[in-house]
Amino acid sequence: MANKFRPGWGILPVALFLAAWEVGARLNIIPAQLFFPPFSAVIEEFYTLIVNGVLLDNFLRSLFRVLVGFSLGCLGGLLVGVLMGWKELINKALNPIISILYPIPALGWLPLLMLWIGINEMLPIAIIFICSFFPVCYNTVAGIKGVDKNLIQAARTLGASEFKILTSVVLPLAVPNIFTGLRLEAGMAWRVIIAAEMVAIPTGIGALLMRAESLIRIDIIIVCLMVLSMMCFTFERVFLYLEQRLTAKWR
Amino acid sequence: MPSIELRGVTNFICRHIDLRIEDGELLVLLGPTGAGKTTLLNVIAGLAEYNGSVLLDGSPIDDTPPHQRGIGYLFQDLALFPHLDVSANITYGLKVQKRPPAEIMTRLKELLRLMRIEHLAHCFPRDLSGGERQKVALARALAPSPQILLLDEPLSNLDLRTSKYLRIELKSLQSKLGITTIYVTHNQREAEELGDRIAVIYQGTLQQVGTPQEIFFNPQNEHVSEFIGSPNILPCKHCREIGQGLMEINTGGLTIIAPYEGTEVNKIAISPRDIYISAEKPPGPDLNRFKGVITEIDPSPPLTRIKLEVGDHTLLAEVPTQIGEEMDLEVGKEVYLILKLRWIKTLIDHSG
Repeated sequence: MANKFRPGWGILPVALFLAAWEVGARLNIIPAQLFFPPFSAVIEEFYTLIVNGVLLDNFLRSLFRVLVGFSLGCLGGLLVGVLMGWKELINKALNPIISILYPIPALGWLPLLMLWIGINEMLPIAIIFICSFFPVCYNTVAGIKGVDKNLIQAARTLGASEFKILTSVVLPLAVPNIFTGLRLEAGMAWRVIIAAEMVAIPTGIGALLMRAESLIRIDIIIVCLMVLSMMCFTFERVFLYLEQRLTAKWR
Repeated sequence: MPSIELRGVTNFICRHIDLRIEDGELLVLLGPTGAGKTTLLNVIAGLAEYNGSVLLDGSPIDDTPPHQRGIGYLFQDLALFPHLDVSANITYGLKVQKRPPAEIMTRLKELLRLMRIEHLAHCFPRDLSGGERQKVALARALAPSPQILLLDEPLSNLDLRTSKYLRIELKSLQSKLGITTIYVTHNQREAEELGDRIAVIYQGTLQQVGTPQEIFFNPQNEHVSEFIGSPNILPCKHCREIGQGLMEINTGGLTIIAPYEGTEVNKIAISPRDIYISAEKPPGPDLNRFKGVITEIDPSPPLTRIKLEVGDHTLLAEVPTQIGEEMDLEVGKEVYLILKLRWIKTLIDHSG
């Protein structure tokens, strides 16, 4: 299982990097030293922010938005993707529209949504929804279309109804493709939420980042980036893990 | 088990096909690639569009959707479900038809035993060999106890030995179950070995339907003859058993040793590819070895066809073109030939 998360040797380069950072900052050999706190100071601030609740509060807000937006986006994308993949008529009807909307970057919708929805809790959720919907939809269609037609015919001659064929053959075989979409978007959702919060919403990790910038609190900025990095990583890994759980037996 | 009848089946490849397959019969559909063999199976299974009519036991099933036709279909590429293990593949049909779990278990055990694949029950298709996949696919097709079995070149992707072994298994299984079966192949030897009757199809048209012997000894037109390898057919006057399962046949000044199948015969046939040609006298006892004079050479790579005058007969033989060139074949030259014993076919033709 080469893909499974195993600390092992992967820790070593990270440890070396952190040590170099710490030593570099402490010995004042990094230019612009003022703007570059040592690793230990960042960790200290990390701890403080957790204890005083600022980090947790903002983090939970971001997490909530990502979870709700991402879940809705994925569900919607899956549903529409399955319909499009399975029913050629629906595909013919929706494919042109989706092809036009898909290339628009999720953040491009932000100004429009700010005016349509207003600046409230729905805004980041809507952005995440858009950011997840299209890729998941696309990958689902591709996954379903990629299923060997012979397998479908085999299921048909064995007496399976169309719906049964969909649930017992087509969807399980489309899982790898669907999960590719889910996995990529799980990380992407975090990248997008931060941008949205930086620009438009006064709470969440992104907002915390912007406030830290205006106060020139490099340590807080780095703390936020560390949280982000961990969340992207964790989300992608969760889906990688789920995908392997679902398909390792037969792939 | 029902009989199958096709009446005027026509579509993008099939041309007005009438064919009747009797209850419990194994009919082989023989023809080159692209002749319409698979399409005809798809018509019967309801997977391809067609005009005309398909009848099971006399009642039309043209409006019955595929999943209600009760047909077992073994696809050429087998189409095993990669995400299901062997047991789940085999029981798929039973499960989607909502049979009781106890029945499903019993049937599964029965089929695993029948195919001798009990040890594979929990393997996934990717871990199986070609022959094993074949058996699983066949078990899956048989699981819902279909009344009709369609087999599309099931043995074409296997090595010779496995394919031969499975062919024998398949034949005995089919006669044991008494299931009406259509077997598609482009392999003439497979067709002869398996078929109660053979239907030769070429460019979407049925050319001839008959027992293997009828097809081989009385090909009705050039397409059939060509496809079964343009055999040399020799009438023979006298034959007598000489023991060891062999007999001696006299025909047109030649004495030929052929397999004895318990009766006298009046025709023998041998395919051009089963005649061995050499420039020098081949070693071995002087049986089925003759001298012949080349009367015609037709080099069309990869095979060169040679007409030979042997005794009172003109025989057609084939050699790979390259070997023919090395032998310096030319018209008028005398060569040695051996009729390969095991490939000589014999027939009593009462009509003539």
